Amino acid sequence: MLNYTFHWNQAFKALPQMLDGALVTLQIALLSMVIGLALALTLTAFRLSGNRILSGFATTWVEIARNTPALFQIYMAHFGLGNFGIHLSPYTALLVGIAFNNAGYLAENFRGALKAIPDTQTRAGRSLGMTPVQAFRLIVLPQMLRIAFLPVTNQMVWAILMTSLGVTVGMNTDLAGITQELNARSFRTFEFFALAAVIYYIIAKLVTLAARLLAARMFRY
Amino acid sequence: MIEIKDVRKSFSTLEVLKGINLTVNKGEVVTIIGGSGSGKSTLLTCINGLEPINAGQITIDGTVVHAKDTDLNKLRRKVGIVFQQWNAFPHLTVLENVMLAPRKVLGLSKEKAEEIAVKQLTHVGLREKLTVYPNRMSGGQQQRMAIARALAMSPEYMLFDEVTSALDPMLVGEVLDTLKMLAEEGMTMICVTHEMAFARDVSDRVAFFHHGVMAEIGTPDQLFGAPQHPDTQAFLASVR
Repeated sequence: MLNYTFHWNQAFKALPQMLDGALVTLQIALLSMVIGLALALTLTAFRLSGNRILSGFATTWVEIARNTPALFQIYMAHFGLGNFGIHLSPYTALLVGIAFNNAGYLAENFRGALKAIPDTQTRAGRSLGMTPVQAFRLIVLPQMLRIAFLPVTNQMVWAILMTSLGVTVGMNTDLAGITQELNARSFRTFEFFALAAVIYYIIAKLVTLAARLLAARMFRY
Repeated sequence: MIEIKDVRKSFSTLEVLKGINLTVNKGEVVTIIGGSGSGKSTLLTCINGLEPINAGQITIDGTVVHAKDTDLNKLRRKVGIVFQQWNAFPHLTVLENVMLAPRKVLGLSKEKAEEIAVKQLTHVGLREKLTVYPNRMSGGQQQRMAIARALAMSPEYMLFDEVTSALDPMLVGEVLDTLKMLAEEGMTMICVTHEMAFARDVSDRVAFFHHGVMAEIGTPDQLFGAPQHPDTQAFLASVR
């Protein structure tokens, strides 16, 4: 039944090209995490602010980001905004879409981490004469970051994998985009996508490993 | 001097302090005993302004604690408090736990803060534990660290809220010895405690709280030897 002949050579010849794409993939994922973390901290602050409009805005963001397909979020950033005359390039749209998704998930992680820190920690800080801001910055925040560290790492891996959705908005310089173009030219679908998958796997594993080493350095307790 | 006048405090509809009057002079050790829910611990958190009050007034050296223009952060530097749950900061070593507030609140240099922290930790017998993280220590050691942490701010008053209640019986002694040492050094202290022998031993005066009222106050000999109030008599009979 199996009358397909593997042509791995073609795929391996394209490896340098694919690795260039992998760099773009990693770049988008990293940028989307930096932006996502900043947005998530802001959303967390909004949710804790006690202001109904701010916390409503943050909650809506988190709800949409976590309960709709990431593909639609990227689609909306490209084609949806395009309808209103805001034209984002595939690269920017992909970045915006993933950052939006990251921010939602990370904000929820931060909220859970904050809940895990007992109020008595703040109280102990305040009773030593700290202001509320000092107590948060010196006592709550460092503990929150430790609790949230593993979920943040997971989100980073997820962000790397999400970049592959960029092909749907015409992204052709990242690993998925380049693989798709090579495939369209050669029809060596299995070989190219298998190789790309291995590269994704290695990137994700390296990121997890780096995070683990960083955690061991940062959190000694 | 801590002056507590007609202090009332409610949590929603439940009144936990029903008009407390108490004056604690410099150098005095006052212990508060009484059953659960009698308002003893609440009074302590009101004294350093962690809890608001509904009526009455608390003044510390003439400063009205709950006045709008009182800088509570500043006031708390001279009123240390240690809780039943020691609340060690888990992300900091023992030394860093004690250094943190002197550095960030008092603005002392790293060297000066470390010098104070080492001195206080030596004082409570934790000289060997400086670089250890709190979760590597016993409850008694963590509680002594919490005491050193409060003392590092050089407070003039110390409030102790049932500091031995959450400890294994075999660890109670080391913490009580630390308190006793402070009392002997002349620290002004208010201790809420269930340790009757300790109360009898170190106090200048002992107060008995019952259902939000200070039913009786007197020297240890008076209160333990010849309690006047029927509720005091009943309480002491039940704990003996």
